[in-house]
Amino acid sequence: LKKIIIALSGNPNCGKTTVFNALTGARQHIANYPGVTVEKKVGKVQHKGHEIEVVDLPGTYSLTAYSLEEIVARDFLVNERPNAVIDIVDASNLDRNLYLAVQFKELGVPLIIALNMMDVAASRDIVIDHELLGTLLDVPVVPTVARTKRGLNDLLDKVLEVSRGPNDWEPSVISYGSDIDEGLDEIVAVLERVGGYDRKYDPRWLALKYLESDRQIMEILYRASQIRSQIEPIRARVAKHIQGTLEEEPEGIVADHRYGLITGITKKTVKHKIESRLNVSDKVDRLLTNRVLGPAIMLFILYGIFEITFRGSEIPVAWLEKLFEWAKGALTLFIPEGYLQSLFVSGIIDGVGGVLGFVPLIMMMFFFIAIMEDVGYMARVAYMLDRVLRWFGLHGNSVMALLISGGISGGCAVPGVMATRTLRDPKERIATLLVVPFMNCGAKLPVFGMLIAAFFSRNRAGMLFFLTLLSWTFALLAAKFLRSTVLRGEKTPFVMELPPYRIPTLRGLLIHTCERTWQYVKKAGTVILAFSVILWAVMTFPGLSEERRGYYEAQRAQIRSDFIASPAQNDLIQNEEELLYFHRIRSNRAPSLEGSAPHMASPSKAMVKLSEAVDALENGERAEGIKEPFRNAAEAYIVFREAEADVNRREKAEALRETLAGRLGVFLEKVTGSIGFDYRTNIALIGGFAAKEIVLSTLGTAFSLGDIPGDDGGSLPKRLRNDPGWNPLVAFTFIVFVMLYVPCFVTVISISKESSWRWALFSILFNLVVAYTISFVIYRIGSLLGFGSS
Amino acid sequence: MRKMAKNQKGIIKRVSAKGEMGRRIREMGLVPNTPVKVKGRAPLKDPVAIWVRDFTLTLRNNEADEILVEIEEPGEETV
Repeated sequence: LKKIIIALSGNPNCGKTTVFNALTGARQHIANYPGVTVEKKVGKVQHKGHEIEVVDLPGTYSLTAYSLEEIVARDFLVNERPNAVIDIVDASNLDRNLYLAVQFKELGVPLIIALNMMDVAASRDIVIDHELLGTLLDVPVVPTVARTKRGLNDLLDKVLEVSRGPNDWEPSVISYGSDIDEGLDEIVAVLERVGGYDRKYDPRWLALKYLESDRQIMEILYRASQIRSQIEPIRARVAKHIQGTLEEEPEGIVADHRYGLITGITKKTVKHKIESRLNVSDKVDRLLTNRVLGPAIMLFILYGIFEITFRGSEIPVAWLEKLFEWAKGALTLFIPEGYLQSLFVSGIIDGVGGVLGFVPLIMMMFFFIAIMEDVGYMARVAYMLDRVLRWFGLHGNSVMALLISGGISGGCAVPGVMATRTLRDPKERIATLLVVPFMNCGAKLPVFGMLIAAFFSRNRAGMLFFLTLLSWTFALLAAKFLRSTVLRGEKTPFVMELPPYRIPTLRGLLIHTCERTWQYVKKAGTVILAFSVILWAVMTFPGLSEERRGYYEAQRAQIRSDFIASPAQNDLIQNEEELLYFHRIRSNRAPSLEGSAPHMASPSKAMVKLSEAVDALENGERAEGIKEPFRNAAEAYIVFREAEADVNRREKAEALRETLAGRLGVFLEKVTGSIGFDYRTNIALIGGFAAKEIVLSTLGTAFSLGDIPGDDGGSLPKRLRNDPGWNPLVAFTFIVFVMLYVPCFVTVISISKESSWRWALFSILFNLVVAYTISFVIYRIGSLLGFGSS
Repeated sequence: MRKMAKNQKGIIKRVSAKGEMGRRIREMGLVPNTPVKVKGRAPLKDPVAIWVRDFTLTLRNNEADEILVEIEEPGEETV
């Protein structure tokens, strides 16, 4: 049994993904092509005792060197030499799809055409003589309907048949008119005489690409200097001649001839029963891209997705949060107090839990994006918005990246950064890359949500929507700024297909959603886990000195002995042991578990009554209703607990200030003081570099420094509301700062991979400067208008 | 092509776009002797959506400028 490798290729929207999923099912995995960030999907399929490895090439219209996808696809074919290449051809759109097929023929790969979407073609009364098509193209043609898996078996049979051959490439000789043909012959003659070119390629194909001004092939050919000096004049002469006679470039002539060949073939093989009837897609488009209704419907759809994603994921998110709370509780029982417990509870569970808690949100979002993409609506959004986005120096397709990053709220900049791959122009791409982190990703939302709950609770949904618009505004203005300064340059063509509307398959949607969610989880599970541990360390060490710890311990001991000696409590608690025991009753822990006071296996009646008295007082009952001596003792106990909590608070606050993050936060107070942030807020922002979800948990830690059992500090929103350093203005400034400042490091890494380290570093600095400037303006103007006092 | 009205049909006579734009326009099948029909325009009158070789393609007006079309049929409405 020999291993068979096949490549799957085709135009975007030709049903390639459906074919791939139908062939390989769940047995697929995603990697990147070496050195670049284009996704490489590989799957396996068994057929008649053979194992076939299926490589899904990126969807392209052509095989030039203009885009990364096309170079990747071409390099894969040339370097890996798959046993067969299946070109998925959309039968309802034959001409344009065959343009790629013709280029495969030129390259010479062992080609099989899967004539897909035969059902769609039939519904549009398009009849194709696929046998004649195969004869004319000299390629096996298999009609398929990937949705219903029709024809896939025949396709695999054909794969085995083709793979049995010796895998020799047979480049087709196509005529491009006498001028080009003669030029090709001359260049081929030079190549064969001089040699020294890469033998992986066919000489005529190299010559053709050379005349087409293909950058990659030029580089390859120019490696041999004696080749360059001989072929450059030929190209110049051919180009000049064509320019003189036809006012064209060789590239254009080649494309025209390819289409001439295709038109000739399809005229013989395709019959339209009815001429250009309005199809369903056109009717839908009349409404959805209507000049007036279109944008209104688009806003409605985007807002609808936003709402459903949000509301729909509330319940599972709450569930997950409970699960992690429970896990934390369980761990505190099993791991003794100290650094190890803190590592697990504050480092690992908080870090991973904080991230996994958003999985439902992310799944919902990806699901809707997948629907928008598969239905074909995403392209309409780009079409309708192009005029606007172009003004900001972005491309209609930038919308996709912005949407995924949180344009409809609750996205993630990491897939958003990856979505910029659809942009061809490097400047438009980098501009999009750089502004994408300004969008309100899913990790920022809980921070906003908490602050909205604390300070702007009157109109939560309205405030969130406002923040979404605000992030769009900032992102677009920043793009405009970048495109007129560091990224000045021409706009790229907006030649885009509006694919016919299609009903997506549930299977395709689920695979797509799970894949993307899984990528997010993998990232959360590995990188963020590592980072939260590092951050935990940064926020824990070096901590308090032995001397200061001793100082606080002495204070606590003093408070305890004062309480025990206090006449107010009437000797109900006579020594430290009893006090400890009483604490345990109050924190509802079984005394037997602790084992330190075996002679007091069950609480005495007096202690139970005292505890009840404390409860009554804490619940705000009238003191008169409680019997003496318990009333006095309970009051004394509460005073004592508050004093103790106060010492703990001060100790933890000092300890946090002493950590690395704390020192940095304190240091930064000089700068952030002018926008209303104290060192605790700074620490949370430092944590946010690891992941924006950490902003919230760190804010929680930083502001719950006095948090001990029985201490009624309240939830984080309540604490912030009561904190003298916080008010609605600070909260709003903080929201804007979090929206704009440094992207999380995973995004930074993605940016660097999609562009370069320089741009990634630029992104960090640029975002910091933008965030600080805008926050400064907001805070200062807000203070002047008197918003900072309430 | 920019001057074409909605639902107007014509045949491409010449594509003057060069470089990447020329390639992008041609690879989508906009080559001489190809029939096209204007399907509509985006809300802000730009880009334009055309019907060519059994699919819908969008182009910006400045890209449409590079395509010379011989009008075959008048449109139903003027833009």
